[in-house]
Amino acid sequence: MAVNPLIKLIECVGRPITMFWHTFINFSEELGRIMLLLYSALKQLILPPFEVKNTLKQIIEIGIKSMPVVLITAVFTGMVLALQSYTGFKRFNAEALVGTVVALSITRELGPVLTGLIVAGRAGAAMAAELGTMRVTEQIDALETLATNPVKYLIVPRFIAGLIMLPSLTVMADIIGIIGGYFVTVGLLGANSTGYWKRTWDYLETSDIYNGLIKACFFGATIAIISCYKGFYTQGGAEGVGKATTGAVVLSSMTILISDYFLSAWLFK
Amino acid sequence: MIELIDLHKSFGGNYVLRGASLKVEKGESMVVIGGSGSGKSVLIKHIIGTLKPEKGSVLIDGVNIATMSENELYETRKRFGMLFQMAALFDSMKVWENVAFALMRHGKLTENDAKKIAIEKLRMVGLAGVENLMPSELSGGMKKRVGLARAIAHEPEILLYDEPTTGLDPIMADAINDLIIEMKQKLSVTSVAITHDMHSAYKIADRIAMLYEGRIIETGTPDEIKKSDNAVVRQFITGSAVGPIKIEGVTA
Repeated sequence: MAVNPLIKLIECVGRPITMFWHTFINFSEELGRIMLLLYSALKQLILPPFEVKNTLKQIIEIGIKSMPVVLITAVFTGMVLALQSYTGFKRFNAEALVGTVVALSITRELGPVLTGLIVAGRAGAAMAAELGTMRVTEQIDALETLATNPVKYLIVPRFIAGLIMLPSLTVMADIIGIIGGYFVTVGLLGANSTGYWKRTWDYLETSDIYNGLIKACFFGATIAIISCYKGFYTQGGAEGVGKATTGAVVLSSMTILISDYFLSAWLFK
Repeated sequence: MIELIDLHKSFGGNYVLRGASLKVEKGESMVVIGGSGSGKSVLIKHIIGTLKPEKGSVLIDGVNIATMSENELYETRKRFGMLFQMAALFDSMKVWENVAFALMRHGKLTENDAKKIAIEKLRMVGLAGVENLMPSELSGGMKKRVGLARAIAHEPEILLYDEPTTGLDPIMADAINDLIIEMKQKLSVTSVAITHDMHSAYKIADRIAMLYEGRIIETGTPDEIKKSDNAVVRQFITGSAVGPIKIEGVTA
């Protein structure tokens, strides 16, 4: 039987529209649930008792244990940035500006973003996997039956740790990145040391640093709440934990990269 | 003391409870039996308030916990202890920290005092010298015992057991049954257990209730249940594949 071409046309047009609509609805639903969890976490954050011990533990997990990876990334990023800038700028005799380029790129952009992506991959994945496993093995239910609010006990400490440790790690990444750039420019390529620092300080403004840190705070909070959300609402055993972990890293990383543009446009006018 | 009145609950349009009602007297040991997926776990989660009914009431000493605020609910839960099917021990904590969790959080005890009580509760459930182990170092039966020690550590008035003997060998299962009876005698608690293990149900229950198609279809003492004329109850307690209960996912 011949299919009516009009029906076929409607089907062809309608299918992608329906798919887009379903994706939009799912995205809105997920965003809404993340916002509700954030609201619940912020409410629990200001109410006593305060989870000091748990928060310190998370500061170590998220911050201190991420430090080696963040610092190695930062130093090599500073080094490659200096190397590429130096060889590029040499073509029009602007090698003296390498220090400025490294400092501005690291503090405004690469420091917070790379730190965010590393923490999302390392600590975000760990948060989602741990909470996901706790969910599927009924440990979160057990907390509830022991009269303990799981949002307060599990999510608030991770949220605070993310909020504090991302900017702290970013400060370290900024310093180490700039030192890496200095090492390549001055130590390996033979540029003048005084000139390197002078150009760095002349053009680097305080706002470059603190606006970068504002971004880092946002990224820290985002990674924590997204990863906790993915873990907290895990369903379906080991496969569910795997999906939650992947989902946490992908969603956190995407959010960091997309929000980075809008934050930069807003902060660095 | 515990009264469930006309509970309705659905998930994604699929009704699990369709008017379940049950009354458990103070100090009584009630066992709810029913097939897999019959809603036993959903029922027990309503008693402790981790799920809220769409319709109906959950009365604990006459107070409806289904309408309580979050804070009131957490306060009420201090009166409960619950043993989970897979024990649900916190795997990042030592055994004694698991047992002492509620004591340290709500009892404001020092770590030393809480540890002493934890060791005492572990002895009550027949475990000694395991307090400094991690849950991953314990066998299934030991985990259940630790779970039971954690459930009784803060001396609750109501104990809930979610499939207490599932996954254990018959000897260990019987030992857990004995412990449940011992806890009832020593602590005079009201208890609700859900299980499909009839041997366990007959042993620990003062009364048994059968949950089927979202409702409690029969309640009685173990002897009354054994003599029941209800075809559904008869099929379930005799463990027959033939009868009014259809096996989920299997066509005739």
